[in-house]
Amino acid sequence: MIPDSSNATGSASPLLELKGVSKAFGANQALSGVDFEVDAGEVVALVGDNGAGKSTLIKAIAGVQVCDEGTFYFKGSPARITNPQEAAALGIATVYQDLALCDNLDVVANLYLGREQFARGAARATYFIDETAMEQNALKLLDSLAVTTIKDVRVQVGSLSGGQRQAVAIARSLLGDPCVVLLDEPTAALGVSQTEQVLVLIKTLRERGLGVVVISHNLENVFEVADRIIVLRLGRRAATFDVRGVSREDVVSAITGAEFGVEADNDNHMETA
Amino acid sequence: MSAEQDTRVSAGGLVGMIQDIGRKLAQGEAGTLLVLLMVAAIWTFFQFQNDRFLSPGNLTNLLLQQAAVATISIGVVLILLLGEIDLSVGAVSGLCASVMAVLVVQRGMPAVLAVVIALGLGALIGLFNGFMITRFQIPSFVVTLAGSLAWVGFQLLVLGQTGTINLNDRFIMGLTFTYFSPLMGWVVAALGLAAVLGFSLLGRSRRKAAGLRVGSMQGLLFRTGGIGIAFITMVLVANQDRGLPLVVFLVFMLALAFSYLTERTRFGRHMFAVGGNAEAARRAGIKINNVRIIVFMLGSTLAAAGGVLAASRLLAVNQSSGGSDLLLMAIAGPVIAGTSLFGGRGSVWSALLGAIVIGSIANGMNLLAFSSSVKFIVTGSVLITAVTIESITRMRRVGERT
Repeated sequence: MIPDSSNATGSASPLLELKGVSKAFGANQALSGVDFEVDAGEVVALVGDNGAGKSTLIKAIAGVQVCDEGTFYFKGSPARITNPQEAAALGIATVYQDLALCDNLDVVANLYLGREQFARGAARATYFIDETAMEQNALKLLDSLAVTTIKDVRVQVGSLSGGQRQAVAIARSLLGDPCVVLLDEPTAALGVSQTEQVLVLIKTLRERGLGVVVISHNLENVFEVADRIIVLRLGRRAATFDVRGVSREDVVSAITGAEFGVEADNDNHMETA
Repeated sequence: MSAEQDTRVSAGGLVGMIQDIGRKLAQGEAGTLLVLLMVAAIWTFFQFQNDRFLSPGNLTNLLLQQAAVATISIGVVLILLLGEIDLSVGAVSGLCASVMAVLVVQRGMPAVLAVVIALGLGALIGLFNGFMITRFQIPSFVVTLAGSLAWVGFQLLVLGQTGTINLNDRFIMGLTFTYFSPLMGWVVAALGLAAVLGFSLLGRSRRKAAGLRVGSMQGLLFRTGGIGIAFITMVLVANQDRGLPLVVFLVFMLALAFSYLTERTRFGRHMFAVGGNAEAARRAGIKINNVRIIVFMLGSTLAAAGGVLAASRLLAVNQSSGGSDLLLMAIAGPVIAGTSLFGGRGSVWSALLGAIVIGSIANGMNLLAFSSSVKFIVTGSVLITAVTIESITRMRRVGERT
């Protein structure tokens, strides 16, 4: 196990860094003094039990919930994130677990929702949405992500499979040209082959040089896709692992709070008790 | 499932057309075709019962009768697209028409100005509805149901003791009782058809130039041909009677304008988004409360416009203007013609189609001198059936994903 203070990415200032983040909901201390960092071209998995503070941390980065304490550094310089617009302006995009797609709109409309392109020139005065340009760009975007499962971008999102919907949501987050993408449980409730598609997509994001943060309960997926694993437990950063030098048992015991080896059994006993 | 097939490059010709229809059926959007079949069935039935039903005179009357309902329905469609409902459109139409009549007849105000004030009053009522719904988070049916009672009260107050105001203003009469000359009717139909064909071809060639998938040419010609036949038949029939009514043209242009707003502009896209998934729309940066308020304003303004048209046809307003089954007809029409009660799906054109369906049934039953009891039972049954069909399509769509 690597101690909290030193991270695997080395000394250069990371793309996004949080220091001493705390957040309380009434008497419940959801986060206490958590540090977090993600580098460009890196996939960081954020794992932990329910209530460990993963979602709270993600929401703080996305600007959905303002944290009580803590400082943000973006590319080495201090930054302010107090609302989603500020996060977006820094280049932080979030894909929520519920995906936030409109089932009644087609893929193109969903990708461009809230930033529809207008026709250029004189036609601009008619407020006409330039569907042709939007569709062209949508096809280009999906091609660049090697999303081959969506053949028809004019099909309603409601009729797509879970993996296809996730792909739309991820592609949508990339339209603002972000540096950091936060993914909340991207593989939850997906079948085997669809999970595989989403994992491939996450690797594509890394190859594009984005910093990717993935919340996941599924350690198998985490080990397949992540470079580093940050474990939260009871609102504190419990451990940081480089995925190449760690076993699944190590991560599990960090999540549950048990020590190595035999204690894992203890933990099972504790659960039954 | 259609999404899995390689449809980016569509098969041309008849096969492509059938695939298109299949895709729309799967998404529950082939409603128009079904509704047209329904109209054909209704017309055939009534024609066999009474051969005056399909006479030019009666068909022109049908169009005149339904102009007001169709106008109100356009507003209802906008509100239904948000997944909301406005139960006050009937009362608002009655109140605004009454205010207009009082201003013209009792205050001697120029009719055009009075109509503008009536529309403004409608917009104001819509603003009130939208404000209550967004600011206090009250469900729209509660706000508009309660409001509806109050507006009826205001209507009685405005009309005073006489309770009926007869209109003989030339402008207001002219709204309904002006007809195009036969030649003019043909010119309008030809221009309309040319515009439909022109814009379809333009859009198609733009997509083709951009290297995107285009629908089959047969499909386009088939659709345009259908619209053309409808236009020609309408003018042909109308010219045998009094000619194409101006009000039909006006309502058609109104539908065209709102169809453009909903289908082609950013605001329209945001309306569909709010109706489909309000939370997603909010996260996409759409000011969903503004969208709601504006749409409720448009809905009430169109209700006021419908009230003016109804007054123009009756040449009077009275205490029951905007009452009776007007509200139900205005909501039922679009739903029968495929606009969802659950938000996010539908089209402005369903307002016109629905008005024709509902109007045909009412007109036919009147012609056959059915008793009120039968008329209510039949209309109610048609409504329940339409909503059930809509609900089943919706359940199938939701089930499809998992």
